[in-house]
Amino acid sequence: MDSQIKLVEKLVKKFKEKIEVFEEEPGTFFVEKDTFFDVMTQLKEKYGFNYLVDVTAVDYNEEIVAVYHLMVLPDCKKIKVKVKLDKQNPIISSISSLWAAADVQERETFDLIGVIYEGHPNLKRILCPDDFEGHPLRKDYKVEARR
Amino acid sequence: MEISRSQLQDKNLKTQEITINMGPQHPSTHGVYRCVLTLDGENVTNLENVMGYLHRGMEKLAEDRTYTQFIPYTDRLDYLAAALNNIGYVETVEKLLDIEIPERVEYIRVIVSELQRIASHMVYIGSYALDINGFTAWMYTFRDRERILDLFEMISGSRMTLNYPRIGGVSHDLTEEFIAGLRELLKDLPSCFDEYDGLITGNEIFQARSKGVGVLDAETAINYGISGPNLRASGYKFDLRKAEPYSIYDRFEFDIPIGENGDSFDRFVVRMEEMRQSLRIIEQALNDLPEGPIQAKVPKVIKPKAGEVYHQIEGAKGWLGYYLVSDGSTKPYRLHIHGPSFVNLGVYPEIAKGGNIQDAVVILASIDIVLGEVDR
Amino acid sequence: MDKLFVNAGAGLEQWMVSGLGLSSIITNLIMVVIQVAMILSFVLLNVLYLVYLERKLSAYWQQRLGPNRVGPRGLLQTTLDVIKLISKEDIVPQAADRKVFKLASIIVFIPAVMLYAVIPFGKDMIAVDLNMGVFYFIAISSTTTIAFLMAGWGSNNKYSLIGGMRAVAQMVSYEIPFVFSILGVIMLTGSLRMSDIVAAQNDVWFIVLQPVAFLIFFIAGTAELNRAPFDLPEGEQELVAGATTEYSGMRWALFFLAEYANLIAMSALAVTLFLGGPAGPWAPSWIWFIVKVYIMIYVFMWMRWTFPRIRIDHLMHFNWKFLLPLSLANILVTGVGIKIYQWFIQ
Repeated sequence: MDSQIKLVEKLVKKFKEKIEVFEEEPGTFFVEKDTFFDVMTQLKEKYGFNYLVDVTAVDYNEEIVAVYHLMVLPDCKKIKVKVKLDKQNPIISSISSLWAAADVQERETFDLIGVIYEGHPNLKRILCPDDFEGHPLRKDYKVEARR
Repeated sequence: MEISRSQLQDKNLKTQEITINMGPQHPSTHGVYRCVLTLDGENVTNLENVMGYLHRGMEKLAEDRTYTQFIPYTDRLDYLAAALNNIGYVETVEKLLDIEIPERVEYIRVIVSELQRIASHMVYIGSYALDINGFTAWMYTFRDRERILDLFEMISGSRMTLNYPRIGGVSHDLTEEFIAGLRELLKDLPSCFDEYDGLITGNEIFQARSKGVGVLDAETAINYGISGPNLRASGYKFDLRKAEPYSIYDRFEFDIPIGENGDSFDRFVVRMEEMRQSLRIIEQALNDLPEGPIQAKVPKVIKPKAGEVYHQIEGAKGWLGYYLVSDGSTKPYRLHIHGPSFVNLGVYPEIAKGGNIQDAVVILASIDIVLGEVDR
Repeated sequence: MDKLFVNAGAGLEQWMVSGLGLSSIITNLIMVVIQVAMILSFVLLNVLYLVYLERKLSAYWQQRLGPNRVGPRGLLQTTLDVIKLISKEDIVPQAADRKVFKLASIIVFIPAVMLYAVIPFGKDMIAVDLNMGVFYFIAISSTTTIAFLMAGWGSNNKYSLIGGMRAVAQMVSYEIPFVFSILGVIMLTGSLRMSDIVAAQNDVWFIVLQPVAFLIFFIAGTAELNRAPFDLPEGEQELVAGATTEYSGMRWALFFLAEYANLIAMSALAVTLFLGGPAGPWAPSWIWFIVKVYIMIYVFMWMRWTFPRIRIDHLMHFNWKFLLPLSLANILVTGVGIKIYQWFIQ
């Protein structure tokens, strides 16, 4: 945990006000959308986060938060990066060029929550049918009542 | 002398690539998965994953169920390793609730997890053999798997969809009958594994079909987020049970088998060896099994404080992750399930290109997918 | 006993000529019809119970029970299966080449039955004892390839097409070591006539003199039959059902029937060439023939349920780089051996 806090401090020093540390959970921080890709590049290349654990997003009604879990493989150091996105226009740059693992997971998040990943090579629906309307994991998506 | 493609075209002998749909109904797609193959003769020049035929919206369903109500749904994720999904999920909720689990429960969960891992690997061994037309091996593994499922039936009343763990405990205690049956199984299984080795692993045709097919080096594997036995087959020694011991895995002694080349054969052998290691864990857990309650004290209505947690366990197919966000109500605000099969499948087009159509089938079998987990 | 069928046939012929006063041409015609009917019923009945046998044997090897519901011990299972298949709708896919598609299922069955004309079922029990019987067998059996190609092409299905192409590549290639392995036997007997080959094995079976040839024959024969581990044209796991993917009902059953009919014919040829034909002590020759054929069939089935399927390129490499040189070497060794033997005799 200590090393994670140190790491976050280092990042804060570098990117200044672009990073907001999440006090309640060590190792978690928010990044602003425009510096997100730079931060991720730094994390991968400088701090050795070679393994992308998970890509997802959460719909908090007023905003959508993209969540990334990263890990350094042999020593299991973990970090969580969050990005607040505009609900109407949730665009974020794709990290599939950094970790190939992001490819399918970004497609899934696009499909279910509707986050648009800029620079993704093949951003189309993956789990829902191609002609599906809406994004089912959004809070305003109404599920048909059970019969 | 080999005739090159350009020479063929010079003589006006045109060759044409054909596109072929493998699935969603196909004998070797292990469920309703489809891949669009572009073939040049028998060689795969391009491959595209198409999934989602089994998409049931698990994550959306979770938002409308209480924390406890969602446990049986996790059975249907990786339906060949239901207990591991259950345990992964309840551990996530317990982590969020921050409650202490009784010793006996931890041991029971380890025993059930490892049994489930063996059962899942047995299906893998069998279906791999079946995908190269080794029908007999498939029946052998299923014969032995049935004994494990019988044991599961004793403790949970169900063979495959166990719904066994509860938040803070397990639903039923282990019976004398179960322990006796388990001891007998532990005695018999090593010879069963040897039998598979004789029938499949040592088979010349099997080795010719698997060695050097679908090679995945460790670097590519990490880049693609490959986890579990597939990553270890690429020669990367990393097991969540050792590296980040959840539950009580730090108390047991076991080895992490790794492969050398990262080909289909290594993926197979690693799983064979993992079954043997799981046996060791079960044996140790069974010997140390303490007495005690099988349920921790948890509130009647599970209502975790607002917050979030990411928990991952070493599942049968890879690292099964649950990302759980709570808003303080009785229902999860958001539950994201990181299915290892889903991510592992992402690398399939990459390693299947260049081989022929028979290799593609072998590679798909070797990366071990379960469509319930891919599509969720 | 040994001459039961031969005497019965001769008696019938005698009775028709003298008792009914028919001319010898008509008698011969009637006899041919009777022989064809006998062979057909032999083939069909055996196929019917071979399917049952294979299911039971595979069940035994896999520690299952196999069919055991229809009739005593499931004996009527395959009979009812055939009735079901006959009563099914004859479906021809819309996009298929109808003529080719329909013709293929018939063409595959005809050579399978024609093969039996030259097979010695017992002592003097051979429908037509051609002086080039072995050659006839090889020539007719290789025409099965055309049926598979027609089925694969006519179905207008990509899986079928790949299956058909595989069938052609495999069957044409394996024909060569198959024929070369038989050549060893032919060199020893100096005759292509089936009865001569059987007679030549009076003292010692050719499996003893030609063990390598027998192995090559067995492997190449498995490939010719499209049975596992060489069942690439069917290739269930890759090609669904290969060339026969689009076939259903009785048309599919004809392919199935032909496969088993070929299996019996191939086993009968193996028995004739290497296992002393129908000859044997104590029991009548036709019983020995059936026993030997079923032993061969058992080995073929055993292979099928033990080995996984081989890959297409390995299949070709194995044929051209191993089996073919080996069969040529076998011919050379046989030739040299014969010369040395003759030199000693003189």
